[in-house]
Amino acid sequence: MEAGTLVEWLVKPGDEVQRGQVVAVVETQKGAVDVEIWEAGTVDKLVVETGKKVPVGELLALLRVAGESAAEIPEIPEIPEIPEIPETPGMPGVTRIETAPTIAATGSPRVETAPVYMATSARLRISPSARKLAEELGVDIASVQTAEPGAVISRADIERAAQAKTKTMSPATTKAAAPDWHAQMRIAIAAAMSRSKREIPHYYLATDIDMSAVSAWLVAENLKRDVAQRLLPVVPCMKAVALALREVPELNGFWIDGALRPSAAVHLGMAIAMRGGGLVAPAIHDADKKSLDQLMADLRDLITRVRSGRLRSSEMSDPTVTFTNLGEQGVEGVFGVIYPPQVAIIGLGKITERPWVEDGAVVVRKVATATLAADHRASDGHRGGLFLAALGRLLQEPERLR
Amino acid sequence: MTSRSREELQNAIFDALGAVAPEMDSNAIVPERPLREQIDIDSFDFLNFIIRLHEILGIDIPEKDYAELLTLNSAVEYLARRCASHQ
Repeated sequence: MEAGTLVEWLVKPGDEVQRGQVVAVVETQKGAVDVEIWEAGTVDKLVVETGKKVPVGELLALLRVAGESAAEIPEIPEIPEIPEIPETPGMPGVTRIETAPTIAATGSPRVETAPVYMATSARLRISPSARKLAEELGVDIASVQTAEPGAVISRADIERAAQAKTKTMSPATTKAAAPDWHAQMRIAIAAAMSRSKREIPHYYLATDIDMSAVSAWLVAENLKRDVAQRLLPVVPCMKAVALALREVPELNGFWIDGALRPSAAVHLGMAIAMRGGGLVAPAIHDADKKSLDQLMADLRDLITRVRSGRLRSSEMSDPTVTFTNLGEQGVEGVFGVIYPPQVAIIGLGKITERPWVEDGAVVVRKVATATLAADHRASDGHRGGLFLAALGRLLQEPERLR
Repeated sequence: MTSRSREELQNAIFDALGAVAPEMDSNAIVPERPLREQIDIDSFDFLNFIIRLHEILGIDIPEKDYAELLTLNSAVEYLARRCASHQ
């Protein structure tokens, strides 16, 4: 994704904004996304007009942070409209195409268009905030007319549709017209998974890992902890997966335009089931660098927001790899379908007591089956095997995963 | 805090379950069947269920006792014992 069209501003000059607030909606090749702001302050100027196509990394607006006066903001040169964006090397979620370096140098806070990959909204042509509004107002998205044919459905369109509906519909029919969010999610999952199976030559590996050490460590650790501070078993596994990925970098990144673009950062996409069906895999950023407590806090926050439908664009767009802990539901092994353009998905099965041979004797150990489904264009079975071996090794020393 | 009635404990359990699985129908719960077979909850939901019980009843539930909360019946019995021994 190299460019996006600004569909809607959700703020205007003079508005106070908070960090993480959704300020604009951008339509991308992969669907419409909410653009968040990363600093609190006052909107000073909207630089890009609605309807303009802008490259990734473009300056969208100027923000005044506390203590900064408007006079300190430099004049913004006219930004030419960019009709076609040339292919540029880089990774989605990482690369920023800077077209206004002089502005960047002044240190003015910037709102950037986020490069995104977002299956949940692909082909739906509606912004997440508009969809949420539609849900709140009980508007059937499929029936919403946009101002221009083929345009992305905006909040304003939803509001118009809601108004029209309240005029024409009796209360009895309002409920029946509620949008089927799950049906839409199925369509998005179907699109992403079909593309994956069509385009990605998967190879699959599995290995049994002795989980006795990490299980015992976790029991002892949780015994010391207050109930609200307890760690879930998946948390040390997340850390081990992230660290093992650093050893085999060709599993962490994207396959774009016939080439592997490995990512220096490990943003672990956590497959999270939605209540009542469907799933998303938003990112835990820099999972390899975080403490277990931080990972647990992040996971808790992420799951809570997944279930309440309040994900951020950066979380949807950034995963460099996916981790699925389906063992949680009782299965012993899961061979995942890679989420394109990622190149690998790691699965962990249920931890069960199994016979385990050690030094010629059969002992009972807590064992889990770890799996890897990887893109054969980007890596080979040998390297995939090294990854699973590293994962197994890291899980034998849980005290070092902190 | 000493003993609590069976009904009180059952209500606490339904409260805590309802917080993690809003679609749950407490009337449909079969008391002797595992809760996780009847309600779609994962380990994260289960941890939140334990945290919520801790908040409602003011008792600590150690991880090693999680298996005692398998069914509604076993959970009520366990919590009754736990509340009685808690000072």
